[in-house]
Formats: sequence, C-alpha cells, structure tokens
Amino acid sequence: MNALQNNLPYILAGISTGGQYALIAIGYTMVYGILRLINFAHGDVFMAAGLIMISAYGFMPLWVSIPFTIILTVLLGFAVERVAYKPLRTAPRMSIMISAIGMSYLLQNLALYFTGGLLKKYPTIPWISDSITIAGAITKRVTVITPFLTILLVVALVLLINHTKIGMAMRAVSKDFETAQLMGIKIDSVISTTFIIGSFLAAVGSILFFSNYPGVTPTVGGMPGLKAFVAAVFGGIGSIPGAVIGAFLIGICENIIKGVGLTTFSDAFTFVLLIAVLMFMPTGIFGEKVTDKV
Amino acid sequence: MENKLTFIKEKKYQLVAWAFLAALFIAIAVLEAVVPPTSILFTVLKKGAIYALVAVSMNLLNGFTGLFSLGQAGFMLLGAYTYAIFTIPLSAREQVYQYFNGGAIHFTLPVFVALILAGLVAALFAYLIGLPVLHLKSDYLAIATLGFAEIIRAIFQWDKLGVITNGSNLLRKYPVFRSTLFYFTVSGICIALILLLINSTYGRAFKAIRDDEVAAEAMGINLARHKQLSFTISSFFAGISGALLAMFQTTIQASQFKSAMTYEILLIVVIGGIGSVTGSCIASFLFIACSEWWLRFLDNANLNITPIQILRPGFRKVVFSVVIMLIVLFYQKGIMGEHEFSVAGIIKKLKGCKKAFRDLKLKFKKEGLEE
Repeated sequence: MNALQNNLPYILAGISTGGQYALIAIGYTMVYGILRLINFAHGDVFMAAGLIMISAYGFMPLWVSIPFTIILTVLLGFAVERVAYKPLRTAPRMSIMISAIGMSYLLQNLALYFTGGLLKKYPTIPWISDSITIAGAITKRVTVITPFLTILLVVALVLLINHTKIGMAMRAVSKDFETAQLMGIKIDSVISTTFIIGSFLAAVGSILFFSNYPGVTPTVGGMPGLKAFVAAVFGGIGSIPGAVIGAFLIGICENIIKGVGLTTFSDAFTFVLLIAVLMFMPTGIFGEKVTDKV
Repeated sequence: MENKLTFIKEKKYQLVAWAFLAALFIAIAVLEAVVPPTSILFTVLKKGAIYALVAVSMNLLNGFTGLFSLGQAGFMLLGAYTYAIFTIPLSAREQVYQYFNGGAIHFTLPVFVALILAGLVAALFAYLIGLPVLHLKSDYLAIATLGFAEIIRAIFQWDKLGVITNGSNLLRKYPVFRSTLFYFTVSGICIALILLLINSTYGRAFKAIRDDEVAAEAMGINLARHKQLSFTISSFFAGISGALLAMFQTTIQASQFKSAMTYEILLIVVIGGIGSVTGSCIASFLFIACSEWWLRFLDNANLNITPIQILRPGFRKVVFSVVIMLIVLFYQKGIMGEHEFSVAGIIKKLKGCKKAFRDLKLKFKKEGLEE
C-alpha cells in the first residue's frame, strides 16, 4: 500500500502525459497511414498551438481563446500540408521527408522570431489547473481530465472513421492510394481532412500538456513529437487504438523512470523501446503485415 | 589512339584540378597573412570546412548508399568528446573536472592520435548501432538513428559518467588549432578519402544499393555488409569533423548536439545536391556564410526603415528557412544535382558557350547579308 502511495503521483502523471502523447500520436499515425510520411512538423504544430494560446489569452477571455487556438492550429496544420507536402505528391519519399524536416525548421525559427527565444509563460487556466487530492496524492485537475478526454476524443474519431463517408474515404486511401483515386475519391481533400483532424487533436493535447508545464519554448515540440511518433510505431503505425495504447504505455514508463531518479534516461528509454519494437515486432502491436513486391 | 588522347586529356584535367586546389590553399594562406585573424571570414571558412566534411560524410550515406540516417549529430558528439577527453592536459584536468575530482582519466594522447581515435570511437559505435538498425526501411531507419543520437546525448550528460564526460558541464582547455589551413587540410584529406571510396568498387556497390536494393542483391552484392561499411565509414568521418568542431569552438558541451544540428547538415546536403560531393562542400560554405555572416543584417534592429519592427533578432533564421523551403520545394536537385563540380566541366561549358556565340554571330552575319 505504501509503495502504491509513493508511486501514485508518478503513475497519475504518467497516465496524463500518456493521454497527451496519444493526442499527438494520432496525428502522426493517421498521416503515416495515408501518406507514408513521418510528419516531422507535427511536433512543431503542437508547439505553435501552445504559443497561439499564450498570445490569444493575452487579449481575449478564456472561453474565446481556447476555440481560437484550436481553429488557428487547424489552419496551420492545413497550411503546412498545402505548402510543404502537396507540391511533392509525386516526388520520391525522401524529398517529402526532407520537406517535412525543412518545415519543422521553419516553424521553429518562426517561433524563435516571435518569442525572441525566451520561455513564454503558459496561462493558468482556471478550474483545470486547480490542485486536487486523490488518495493522498496532490495533483492538478488536468491530470485527471486528460485520460478521460483523450478516450472520449479517440472514441469519437474511431466512430468517424468507421461510420462516415469521409472516414470510409480515409480508410480507402490508406489501403491503396491510386485505386482510391480511380474510385473517384478526392485525395487532396481526404489528406487535408487528415491533417485537420491531426492538428485539432494536437491543439487539444497542447492545451492539456502545457497546463502542466511552466511554459513554451520554440524547441519544446521536438521531444513530445518524437515520443508520440514512437508511440505510433509501437502501436502499429496507421492504427489509432494502437497509437493510444502505445502513448499511455510510454507516458507511464517515462514517469516511473523519472520517479526512480533516472530523469536523464526518460527520453532515452523511449528510443530504446522504439528500437526494440522495430527489431522484434516491426509492425507494432496492431500493425498490418506488409509484404514488399519487387 | 583515341584512348591515348582521352587519357592525356584526363591527365590534363586532373592537373588543372590539382592546380585549382593548390590555388585555393595559397589563397587561404595569403588571406591569413593579410586579413586580421579576428575577421568573421575565418570563422566562416573554418566552420564551413568542418560542415563540409560532415555533410560529405552524410552524403555518402544518404546520397550514395540510399540510407536515410539522421544520426550525424550523435557521431559528431562522440568524436568531439573523445578528442576533448583524451587531450585535456593533466595540469588543467583539476580545473575542468572540478565537480568530479579531476576525472578518471590520467593520461593524455598526442593530438593527431586523439583525432583519429575520435573517428574510430564514432565508427565503433556506428558499427554496434548498425547491427540492429540497418535492416530497417527508409523512414524507420531515420527515426531509429535519430533516436540513437538522442540516447548518446543523454548518456553523455549523465552525472554518473561525469568522471569521464564531465556530465552536462563544458569540456575545455584542450589543445586547439587557430589556423584556418589546418581545418582545410584535415577536412580536405578526409573528403579526398571519401571520394576515393566512392569511386572504388565499394562505391559502385553503394550506388547499386541506392538505386535498387533487390537488383543489387541479385547481382551478388552483400547488402548487410556494404550498408554496415558505408554507415561505419560515414560515422568515422562524422567523428573526425566532431573533433574539428571541438577545436574550432574551444569548448564543447553535449547539449549542443541536438537533432536540429543533424537537420542543418541534412539541409546542407539537400541544397548541395543529394549525391554530389562538391555540391555538399559548396553548399556548406554558402550555408555557414549566410547564417553567420551575410544575413546578419536581418537581425539588426537599428536598420528598420518601416515603422513595424520587422528586422529583429531571429528574422535572419526565418528568411533563411524560407529560402531553404523554396529550394526543397522547387529546386529539389540542389545546386549540383548529382553532378560534380569540375574544372573540366566548366571548360567544356565555356567552350559550348563560345561555340554557341560563334554560331549566333554567323547567323547574324548571314541575316545581315540576306538583307
């Protein structure tokens, strides 16, 4: 009981971080499922959402600034796709990936320009930033909300994908790009929708994530972005439930490692996990097996 | 007869290339004698030479072997630390390792031995890392190598290893070279070695793997062995360039070798042209010159003419990354494409221009006559 009491804060924090990673990871896994592209700029879109929230909160009330942030982030995600990926649709995969890295570099430098490289303090959002006590462990309310909100959003997303027309189009495009096109699916709008959904979830994730942290710096998106990607790989890339499970697992493990006192290795652990997964289970837990044809 | 002629011609072009290189070195030597050593020109030249080496080493992987690896910063870190750790003079150790009782290593190596050791350590790590990750497909390989670079960085910042790595503190007081020529010589020799490798049978095998893995395997190329070889050699040179970077900066810290550094190197390779050694070299000097020197004015807030403060610190990098995006999107081949910069090529082009010009003149003359 005592051990649980001591570790509870870490486990709680882990579940919460996991939920936030899950929201980012979905963006990665959906884009990868459709475009076969690691969207390196996704972590930076997440960071940008944080910065937008900070500046929006400066001059408008909370209930406006949250939707405002989400809308702007969605527009940003949409713009990234249109600017950096659409012109390269027929280019080799390596070029698209380089374009993604270039976009990430651009977004980081833009953030650097607007913030002056300083840490911008994230606003304290009333109610969700309040401290509460669970079984003797003091934590913020956001910690408790995150997993539930994540699961709610994921269920909604899965319903969307399985039961709507656009969802069906997405599944078709991720199965076979060209055939889907031949069947009259508008590829560009499906891809845009994917980016819009991904950015929307990243915006929600960023509000939850940064409520737990002191502030936003231009490079803050990199690490959560990579971890979310690892979560997506772990769950089997292209699979949404897989990404969510992977993200929770990484979040919890990471916080336990921090709790043990090996903070230096909390980031390294993620990559060890990645390499182990890729070596022994290249398609992840829920991934589909792919065979290469010559 | 024909053969002999082309042979003589090639010899001639080779001589011209050597003369070009010699002229370059003499020019640098002269510059060093004339321009004051604090000039930004030398910063650009030194850093450019270092980045040229690491960009070429990355190009060997990405451009010539088709392995999309993003671990370059990690291998540079290994090289830089190896060099620094083994060359800090004994008398300075107490001071550098002040939090770790003077560190655990109580000997120093000669500078050149340490420089080569820097490459070897990076190569050794690359070999070990390559065993599991090299059979991964393109983007998985990228993310796994990126991950390894991050792990290496985390390990080097770990307190428990502080007696060797000095934890997250700076390493300093190791011997450094101030002369620009030194950086040019070392990175020139290394790039020449990479060029020799690319033009050897191994290089051809690498290119075969890049173009089509399955076909290459069917031709009897041992995929695993060649990939491993390319990865290890590339990391060796990345390690050496890391050591050079350590010398250039005079202090070194693990936190500097973030993935952003790898991205910058990758962008240099892309700007120069994936698969062109000379392209990488030219691009790295351009990149460093733009980011450290030519675009500096964009950061100067005093130059604002408009009422809105557009020019302020950071604007340079925004402009810079927009330009890079434009290159990536609309000029995918980069400066050189897959071609190499060569004196022979330029002479040929000039001859072509001359001929075209002559034709044009003739045409005009004819038209004039007809009138």
